[in-house]
Amino acid sequence: MSGNSQCSPSPKGHHTKALNADVFTMDYGVEVERISQWIRRTLSSTLHKRGVVVAISGGIDSSACAALAVKALGPKKVYGLLLPERDSQGTSSARGKQLAEHLGIGYEQHDIAPALEALGCYRQRDEAIRRVVPAYSEHWKSKIAIAGGLEGGISYFRLIVQDPDGKQQDVRLSLSEYLQIVAATNYKQRVRKTVEYFHADRLNYAVTGTPNRLEYDQGFFVRNGDGSADLKPIAHLYKTQVYAIARHLKLPESVLAAVPTTDTYSLPQGQDEFYFALPYAQMDLALWALNQGHSADELAASIGITEAQAQRVLDDIQNKRRTTRTLHCVAELVEPVLHHMDTINVTAPPPALSP
Amino acid sequence: MNDIKGQVRQYFLDNFLFGASDRMPADSHSFMEHQLLDSTGFLELVLFLEEQFDMKVGDEEMIPEHLDSFDAIAAFVARKCESSPT
Repeated sequence: MSGNSQCSPSPKGHHTKALNADVFTMDYGVEVERISQWIRRTLSSTLHKRGVVVAISGGIDSSACAALAVKALGPKKVYGLLLPERDSQGTSSARGKQLAEHLGIGYEQHDIAPALEALGCYRQRDEAIRRVVPAYSEHWKSKIAIAGGLEGGISYFRLIVQDPDGKQQDVRLSLSEYLQIVAATNYKQRVRKTVEYFHADRLNYAVTGTPNRLEYDQGFFVRNGDGSADLKPIAHLYKTQVYAIARHLKLPESVLAAVPTTDTYSLPQGQDEFYFALPYAQMDLALWALNQGHSADELAASIGITEAQAQRVLDDIQNKRRTTRTLHCVAELVEPVLHHMDTINVTAPPPALSP
Repeated sequence: MNDIKGQVRQYFLDNFLFGASDRMPADSHSFMEHQLLDSTGFLELVLFLEEQFDMKVGDEEMIPEHLDSFDAIAAFVARKCESSPT
């Protein structure tokens, strides 16, 4: 732990560390070794697989997972996949290749655009967009942004389109168009996962899921898409810690400098624009604050927002945690079938309503 | 206003509760606090209100004070209908 961390009384009367980036400091060498041992033990005693497949997006999370897997298993037991599609940034694949070569792992690039085309991903998405913006064509670019929540309103989604001349339109999405655009776009994560499992099956490897703690906690993944995996080595780590581990593992500078994006829509889209209320470093602190019992005014002072805004951020985290809980679950059953096995389903009577 | 509330309650019962009337919230209960609606649920509710009452809910009107309980919805829709030229 950092020697700089100061102690202050929490609202519950306990002494906790001051709310700043120091709270994330840990001995990264020890943590890398702990994760490495866990990967080896999980593969040998639980999953019974001989290595891991990692889909490498060029972002920090998948890069850190690939590097941790190499630390645990050696480069010959890690297989990398670069899975670009029509809306991926060219720099993503370039960073992915650079990482794979840096780690010395086997890898291949598989353009999933033809599969998505055949499934109707782009056609279904564009059809929904044209219901909102009739002039939209395949030469335009688009993205979805979240709105409302941080201002104390009810969250809703906006569509931003840009014509070939660079002129943008920004419109609120109604229900059916929003659902269809998201459903079509989710094909991307699900097709990628299908390809990952093909390679895992042919190699007798396990599939690595790459969410960090913020994404895992807040349900920022597609069920049966990027949410599907056999092991998730960094789901307990805040994104700030993932960056630190990546630096500790001396990953290429291009990976360390990559700005987090969804890399899913044709217009550049930050994760904070699509899903999270704040940029990742501040979201990490907000999640930490909630988990450690810090109050909204402490969070506000820490990241430079008003107490009311901080309270809305904390409420939003709890709301997303609750509403995405089922994304983690196996299918609901009428009654237990495998009584002796531990499952994580959450079916329970709803909270009682007073009259 | 009671008619508005009745129509919304019936929609709520059919669409969100699948007929489980024992889970119907009281008129003043927050849908959010009682974990009855998520963001997609609110979008469905807004679409219903717009179609059923021939009104448009503006971006700035997407707030809990207008939409988070039967009481709030009834008052909001009544105000919107009164101010509408139709």
